[in-house]
Amino acid sequence: MRTIFFILQKEFLQVFRNRSMLPIIFVVPVVQLLVLAFAANYEIRNLSVDVVDYDGSTWSRQLRDKLLSSGYFTLHRQSYSHKEAFEDLEANRADLVLTIPAHFERDLVRENEAKVQLLVNAINGSKAGLAYGYAASIIGQFNRQVRMDWLALDEDDGPEHIDVTYRYWYNPTLNYKFFMVPGILVVLVTLIGAFLSGMNIVKEKEIGTIEQLNVTPIRKHHFIIGKLLPFWIIALFELAFGLTVGKLVFSLPFEGNIAWVFLFAAVYLLVMLGLGLLISTFTETQQQSMFITWFFLIIFILMSGLFTPIESMPAWAQKLTLINPVAYFVKVIRMVMQKGSGWADIQHYFGIMLLMAAVVNGVAVWNYRKTV
Amino acid sequence: MREFFVFVRKECYHIFRDRRTLLILFGMPVVLIVLFGFAITNEVRNVKIAVLDQAQDAYSRQLTDRITASGYFTVDRYLHAEQDIEPVFRKGEVKMVMVVPPNFGHKFYHGRKAPLQLLTDASDPNTGTTLVNYANAIILRYQQEMTGKITLPLTIQPEARMIYNPSLKSVFLFVPGVMTLILMLVCAMMTSITITREKELGTMEILLVSPLKPVTIIAGKVIPYIALSFIIALTILAMGFWIFGMPIRGSLLLLLLECLLFCLAALSLGILISSLTNSQQTAMMISMMGLLLPTILLSGFVFPLESMPKPLQIFANIVPAKWFIIILKDVMLKGAGLRQVWQPTLILGGMTLFFLLVSVRKFKTRLS
Repeated sequence: MRTIFFILQKEFLQVFRNRSMLPIIFVVPVVQLLVLAFAANYEIRNLSVDVVDYDGSTWSRQLRDKLLSSGYFTLHRQSYSHKEAFEDLEANRADLVLTIPAHFERDLVRENEAKVQLLVNAINGSKAGLAYGYAASIIGQFNRQVRMDWLALDEDDGPEHIDVTYRYWYNPTLNYKFFMVPGILVVLVTLIGAFLSGMNIVKEKEIGTIEQLNVTPIRKHHFIIGKLLPFWIIALFELAFGLTVGKLVFSLPFEGNIAWVFLFAAVYLLVMLGLGLLISTFTETQQQSMFITWFFLIIFILMSGLFTPIESMPAWAQKLTLINPVAYFVKVIRMVMQKGSGWADIQHYFGIMLLMAAVVNGVAVWNYRKTV
Repeated sequence: MREFFVFVRKECYHIFRDRRTLLILFGMPVVLIVLFGFAITNEVRNVKIAVLDQAQDAYSRQLTDRITASGYFTVDRYLHAEQDIEPVFRKGEVKMVMVVPPNFGHKFYHGRKAPLQLLTDASDPNTGTTLVNYANAIILRYQQEMTGKITLPLTIQPEARMIYNPSLKSVFLFVPGVMTLILMLVCAMMTSITITREKELGTMEILLVSPLKPVTIIAGKVIPYIALSFIIALTILAMGFWIFGMPIRGSLLLLLLECLLFCLAALSLGILISSLTNSQQTAMMISMMGLLLPTILLSGFVFPLESMPKPLQIFANIVPAKWFIIILKDVMLKGAGLRQVWQPTLILGGMTLFFLLVSVRKFKTRLS
C-alpha cells in the first residue's frame, strides 16, 4: 500500500511540475466546453436570401416580409434580375433565391393557382433540405392566411381535419445545449483518460526509465495502479468541474441523482484507462501510442451517438455501437441528467461497463510484461 | 544539398520503419470516409415508437398502419394506459408516443375535428422536431385520404431547385472535411511531435552541432510529411470520386496546389508548436485541442457556421481549415478557377507566411 502511495506521489509531482500541462488539464477543457457548446448546433438560422420580385404587388411584398420575419432568413439583396441573384448564389453570398414571377397576385386570384420559385444552394445537403423545409412551410402559412382573408373563412368552417397537438418531453424549450453539453463532458473525460495514461507509460519506455522502474522492487500491479490512478482522479475531478461550469453557465438540468453519473464515470474511466494501458503495452513510442489511441477514439466518438443519433445508422453500424464504451456513457449521462433515470434504468448499462472494464484491463495486464 | 537529401532519407526511414503508424495513417482516411459515407447521418429511419390507442376503431388502426408503412417509424409496442408513457421514455426505448383519444373516427366525421397527440422524447431536440414533422406529414396525407381529395382555391405552389447537389448528398460536405482533417493531422500534429521527440530524447543537440543548418533540419523533417499527406489527399479524392461520385469540376492541378498551400500552413503551425514546447505530450495536447478540434468544429465541416454566435463566427476566420474547405468546395463542385478563389487563397497564403515567419523566429538553436 505504501509503495502505491509513493508512486502516486511521484506521478502527481510529475504531472503538476510540467508547467504547460496544468493549463491543458484545467483551462483548455473549460474553453472547449464553452466553445463546443455554442458551436455544436445543427439548428439553421440566419440563412441569407435574395428576393427577386417581378410582381411588386401587395401580396408578393407580404410574402417577402413573412419570410424575413420568421427569424430563419435574413435578406441579402432584393433585386429585379434573376441573373444577379444567381450570381449571389454562385458566390456563396446567398443561400436561397426566392423568385416571385410577374402577375403572381393576378394569377392567384384568376387561375386559383400561382407559382413561386426557390433556388437553394445545396452543397450542404442537410442544410439545403432544412432551408427548403422552412421556406415551404412559411409559404404554406402565408397561403392559408391569404386564402382565409380573400374568401373570408375562418378555421372552424374548414372541412373535417385531424387536430394534431404535440409536446416535447424532457426539453420543452428545445434547448440544444442541454443535449450537447453532457455529451461534450464525456469527450473531455475520455480524452484525459485514454490519451494521457497511455502516453505516460510509453514515455517511460521511450526515455528508457522503465528499465530503472523494472529493477526496483515495485510489483507489476503497483506500477500499473500508480500510473493509472492519478488520471482516474484527474478525470473525475474534471467531470465535477465541467458539470459545475455547465450548471453555472448553461443552467443544465440535473433531473436525476448526479451520483449515478459519477458512479458510472468511475467504471467507464476504468475501461478508458485500461484501453490506454493496453495500447501502451504494444507500442514503443509516444507518437505511435498517440496515433493508435486517436484512431480508436475518433471512431468511438463519431459512432457514439454524440452528434448524430445511433438510430439513424445502418444495422451493421448499430451492432458495432454495442461494443463502444463511449456510446454507453453518452447515453447514460443524458438519461440521468435530462430524464431523471435512476438505478433501475441504467443497471443494465452499468453491468456491461463493468464487464468491459474487466476484459480490457485483464487483457492489458496480461499483456504487460515487466521485462523489456 | 547532398546533406539535405541524406537527412530527408533518414527521416523517411524513421517513418517507414514504424509500420503501425503508417498503417493507421492510411487506414484512417479510409475508415473516416466509410463512416461518414455510410454510418453518420441525421436521417430518420425505423425509429421506434409506441402507440396508445384509446379509440381502437378502424381509423386509428389504419392511421397506425400508414405511419409504419412510411419506413420512418416502426411500432415497438402498444401501451394501454397513460401511466405507461413515462417509464418507456425514461428507459429510452421509444422516441415518440402517439396518443389516439377515444372515438377518433366518430369525432372526425361528426365533430369535424379529431384531436390526436404526439409526445416526443425531445432530449435530442433535433430528432424530436424531425420526428414530429415527419409524423405530421403522414397524418396530413391520411387526413386527405379520409376526406377524399379537395382542391383548394388560391394555391401557391413553391417550386424548388437544388443547385449543385440535386439529390442532397452529404458526400459533398464530408469529403472536403475529412481531407482537411487528415491533412491537418498529418502535417501539424505529426511534425510537431517528431521535432519535440528529438528534443525530448536529446538528439536535437546532436543535430544542432552537426554541419546542417537549422533550416535544413526543419525542412528535412517536414518534406517526407508533405509527400505523405499528398498521397493521402489523392487517396481521399480518389475514394470520393469513385465510390461516392464526388465530382472534380475544376482543374486538378489547381486543387493539388491548394492542397500544398494548406499543407504548408499546417506544417508551419506544427513547427510553431514544437518550438513552444519540450515534451511530446504537451505538443500532442496543444495540437489536438488547439488545431484539430477547431478544424472539426469551426470550419463549417460538421456544424453550420451561420448559426453560431457572432464571436465564434469571427473567430472562425483565423482557422485555416475554414478557408481551405471553401476553396475545396468551390473548385470541386462549382468548377471555380483561380479567379473565383483568389481571395481565400490569398488569406491562406498570408496565414502560412505569417506562421512560417513566427516559427522561424521562435526556433531556438540553443537548448537551455
